Amino acid sequence: MHRALLDLVRGPWPWWAGGIAIGAVVPLLLFLANRHFGVSSTLRHLCAACVPAKPAFLRYDWRKESWSLFFAAGLVAGGWIAQHWLTSGPRDVMPLELFSFQALGTPRGILFMVVGGFLVGFGSRWANGCTSGHAIMGLSLRRPASLVAVLGFFAGGLFVTWLVLPAVLP
Amino acid sequence: MRRNLVALAIGVYFGIVLLKSEAAYWTRIQEMFRFGSIHMYGIMGTAVAIGAGTVWLVQRFGMRALGGEAIELAPKPAQYKAQLLGGIVFGLGWSLSGACPGPMYSLIGAGFLPLLVVLLSALAGTYAYGLVRERLPH
Repeated sequence: MHRALLDLVRGPWPWWAGGIAIGAVVPLLLFLANRHFGVSSTLRHLCAACVPAKPAFLRYDWRKESWSLFFAAGLVAGGWIAQHWLTSGPRDVMPLELFSFQALGTPRGILFMVVGGFLVGFGSRWANGCTSGHAIMGLSLRRPASLVAVLGFFAGGLFVTWLVLPAVLP
Repeated sequence: MRRNLVALAIGVYFGIVLLKSEAAYWTRIQEMFRFGSIHMYGIMGTAVAIGAGTVWLVQRFGMRALGGEAIELAPKPAQYKAQLLGGIVFGLGWSLSGACPGPMYSLIGAGFLPLLVVLLSALAGTYAYGLVRERLPH
């Protein structure tokens, strides 16, 4: 029984199990920490904490938001636990020829890792939220502005997947 | 400090879930934008249903947080131009890198170290936004 349960957890999860587990972060954070779900603001707090010469946007007391940096540290630890203790076998996570340190010397690697990451950081701050803050928390709060953001996420994503990837991938 | 430790624990949980649900997978994000499977749509839909149910419970019954604090549900102010334009920029990066900020952290923990490059680039993007913020429509 115990064994069967562990095997179930170790295999890939069906979408409904993943959805329930991800959705549960909303009540967990709200009831246990009284905080709204959102990850991208951690990028802002990291910048505010680590970069010496800062524009006004990054000059504030990031220590007041230290909970979110603990949350981010937890994400790193959780990734380690999932990969080392809760995995049944290798899965097709990402094309490793695009996401590798060697690929950093190629235009393709720079596009997918450096440009991709830069746009995520720039766009999430401009939109004031990312997938967690807008698509999950914002829609849960029935915010029209979050629906606009999610439509933007999809417009940008569809453009890249349908028009950019066919042109740059072999 | 208690809040920080609780946030750390919930972060560990979310980091595990992001990988096990495969929402942190570049391949799943591409499959979603190609409309190739219900997987990501099912995840998002279910998660929003649970989030919306939670918000409803708080609003309907005035439920409080641990320790008796009132739960603040006031949304962030809307800036429609910023949400649309910033959202599009985010979407371009989301499809290229296959990772929104949460998955970047958990993939690094899982040992996909090239994601460190993606995370550093995202920090650079955040900083760059801070530099040009006044000149962008909001």
